[in-house]
Amino acid sequence: MTSIYNDAGQNVACTVVEAGPCVVTQRFEQDKDGYSALQLAFDEAKVKNTTKPMLGHFKKAGTTPKRKVVEFRDFDLVEKQPGDTVRVEEIFEEGDIVHAVGVSKGRGFQGVVKRHGFGGVNDATHGQHNRQRAPGSIGAASYPARVFKGMRMAGRMGGQRVKIKNLEVLKIFPEKNLILIKGAIPGHKGAYVILEK
Amino acid sequence: MDPIKFVQQELAREMNYPEFRAGDNVAVSYKIIEGNKERIQVFRGDVIQIRGEGATRTFTVRKMSGNVAVERIFPFASPAIQEIKVLKRGKVRRARLFYLRDRVGKKARIKERKRIK
Repeated sequence: MTSIYNDAGQNVACTVVEAGPCVVTQRFEQDKDGYSALQLAFDEAKVKNTTKPMLGHFKKAGTTPKRKVVEFRDFDLVEKQPGDTVRVEEIFEEGDIVHAVGVSKGRGFQGVVKRHGFGGVNDATHGQHNRQRAPGSIGAASYPARVFKGMRMAGRMGGQRVKIKNLEVLKIFPEKNLILIKGAIPGHKGAYVILEK
Repeated sequence: MDPIKFVQQELAREMNYPEFRAGDNVAVSYKIIEGNKERIQVFRGDVIQIRGEGATRTFTVRKMSGNVAVERIFPFASPAIQEIKVLKRGKVRRARLFYLRDRVGKKARIKERKRIK
């Protein structure tokens, strides 16, 4: 992340995303496959790190192995055939509204205060002893005599697929395939994200 | 090249500010907008820290306003800054002068650096 100044002189936090060049690896047609979609691949991979089935797939598309392959439903770049590259400026424009999909940062095993926003116990005195971040009651007693499913408890947090909607494209650098997106997006530095328009 | 560095380089403004460090006494002229009027205000005080890098580099200026201390953080890249003047060079032994916050009066002074290389 970095920050830029808008025309009003305000400091705006933004994320730099390298969004291409992507290569079309497969087309899915409505009459042949039952739905229409475009499969895009991004980021060069070593041949030795690519499985043989995938190598064949990339060879068929006439491109080098890539690390990330994603299908986009009802993508309307009709003229693109397998092997063609898609560049940032062909899809995005400054001022566009996009959704960012990524895997959020893993937080490990977290308690209920951080994971679910519970209040915890606000008092350190009045008889409280080492339970300031405890979850409290998790249900009634002999009826229902069980804990309901979906009860919010401590556990693994983060590392999940998250979509952040309605982010603004602030700027585009076609020469480097970079996009500046307003605000934060899911994932750690260098993580893969999917941008939907 | 690192994409973030590239973006910062691309969008960097030209900054002709004099060099200064923590302990120096500076006067920062910056634009403020009141309603629809613009005017320039000067904030004069001691630099107590410089932090960050690239487009997010900032410096903190501390001054006494009457008997209330005021600290203001300025980003170097801010377009509101018109001018920075270095009035005094301070002689200090650390980069972050947070100890000044606990001091008042004569103890909160910074010695002047006389010999400047």
